[in-house]
Amino acid sequence: MSVTRDEVAKIASLARIRMGGDALDNMVPELNNILDWVEQLGEVDVTGVEPMTAVIPNTLRLRDDEVDAIPQTAGGRREDVLANAPAAEHGFFGVPKVIE
Amino acid sequence: MTDLTELGVKALRDGIAKGDFTAREAAEAFNAAVEKASELNAFIVATPDHALASADSVDAKRAKGEDLGKMGGVPIGMKDLFCTDGVQTTAASHILEGFVPRYESTVSQKLWDAGAGMLGKLNLDQFAMGSSNETSYFANVSSPWKKAGTNAAMSPGGSSGGSSAAVAARIAPAATGTDTGGSIRQPAAFTGITGIKPTYGRCSRWGVVAFASSLDQAGPMARSVEDCAIMLEAMAGFDPKDATSLDMEVPNWEAALDADLKGKRIGIPREYRMDGTDAEILASWEQGKEWLRDAGAEIVDISLPHTKYALPAYYIIAPAEASSNLARYDGVRYGLRDLPDGAGLQDMYAATRADGFGDEVKRRILIGTYVLSAGFYDAYYTQAQKVRALVARDFENAWSQCDAILAPTTPTASFPLGSLNDDPLTMYLNDVFAVPASLAGLPAMSVPAGLNSDGLPLGLQIVGKPFDEQGVLNAGLAIEQRAGFAAKPEAWWC
Repeated sequence: MSVTRDEVAKIASLARIRMGGDALDNMVPELNNILDWVEQLGEVDVTGVEPMTAVIPNTLRLRDDEVDAIPQTAGGRREDVLANAPAAEHGFFGVPKVIE
Repeated sequence: MTDLTELGVKALRDGIAKGDFTAREAAEAFNAAVEKASELNAFIVATPDHALASADSVDAKRAKGEDLGKMGGVPIGMKDLFCTDGVQTTAASHILEGFVPRYESTVSQKLWDAGAGMLGKLNLDQFAMGSSNETSYFANVSSPWKKAGTNAAMSPGGSSGGSSAAVAARIAPAATGTDTGGSIRQPAAFTGITGIKPTYGRCSRWGVVAFASSLDQAGPMARSVEDCAIMLEAMAGFDPKDATSLDMEVPNWEAALDADLKGKRIGIPREYRMDGTDAEILASWEQGKEWLRDAGAEIVDISLPHTKYALPAYYIIAPAEASSNLARYDGVRYGLRDLPDGAGLQDMYAATRADGFGDEVKRRILIGTYVLSAGFYDAYYTQAQKVRALVARDFENAWSQCDAILAPTTPTASFPLGSLNDDPLTMYLNDVFAVPASLAGLPAMSVPAGLNSDGLPLGLQIVGKPFDEQGVLNAGLAIEQRAGFAAKPEAWWC
């Protein structure tokens, strides 16, 4: 399988990365090289093989149903959460206008 | 007085505990070495005050007769992928430039709790994506090593290239690394140092900038197996904040180190003998077998039939996870925002990410987005996850025949910076021997085996059973004792 310039533009748009011109032209053969190479996985007989979901057998734990049990991931840290926001306003994340 | 920068983790810790020198003296010596070595570009930011403050606290504890901790007074380098409270954390990217976390990663916190201090945040490949440390937004790291008779800047490996360069250059006695598909082992091999990636889940991923969550694992990089054992003990342990953290006791690896391998079987995977592998690498592998035999081990031939498919499977799985993990960089919550005049929200996302990510990161996000997209998911991603299961099964089958596996760490020694940039695939092949253990979540380490005819270090890799870091460290120690690797790069950067 290989991808066209239009398809790469579509993928870039899905990934929310602005890309055009030379950057897009260069990306097409690079992606196709990689996709050609991973194509060899099709040779592997995977009949009856389940896709791996956990590399080390491990059960997902349930924590106690307790509010703010772990301080670092608890609530009440608005200032910390907003400290690195490029445009925090009135205690919220600021974004460009989305509704006219 | 001895030059303190020549000492490793154990020698520093024990020397401070005995009162041969103070933690402050050690921190000052390494701070000065870091400052002089700016030409290596190993650090993105230096944090001499952090190192001094930790040292002073250790010296004060000693004066009061308190326990100094497993790493008491040892200043280390911190890969700039670990969030550090109040200290810029960039993942070597533009998109996180200026990001100052308000919390500390579990692994770094554990190291500070064990008495270590921080010399600075180490350079790396951007978002840990790369094998040469050439994808950093903050410029390449140079290896302290040079190819004999040349003056070209050499690659320190990647992604933990700042870590490997700093430890090899003796501007840090040890450093943290992270390994997704070889990012601890390959740079360790390139620079003549030791590094171990533990079993997946041993070290908490909480506060580590995510690349591929099912593969990412932190580990220590240092100049001896014993130093790695000490530092891994300080880094490992259960963390309820990481859903895949292993809820197991951390063994006392340092105390149980034992290079006597009598009764142990070491597997030699025949599929690792690949076309195009450097003859000197193959010779060092043969030498490694001899060393392990000399340590009492029995050498057995084994087969890992799906080895060839590990790397292509990795280059579907890792980018897929990366495309998902890196969706968080949106110009809203932290980091860079690029808001062109009159742009709406979607344009802001696209402009921010175009400006903030480097070429290799974009390439992997696009690959990941493609293999996860409707219509291609099963052909690529599901198939890769099935192949991953087969790679892991290969190892499970091998454990009926052997206790650990010996292989080269890399197919070549280090190369000059800039020499492999034209073709991403050639660069990816550097991790061909490292990736299978990553896909299977197994503990694996690289130890120096010697220098090649160009005067560049070569590494040997030990892969162990799940949770058997001890077996890996012990086999590594047996090699270390016999290799007697004492070569040092000439200090051209001072």
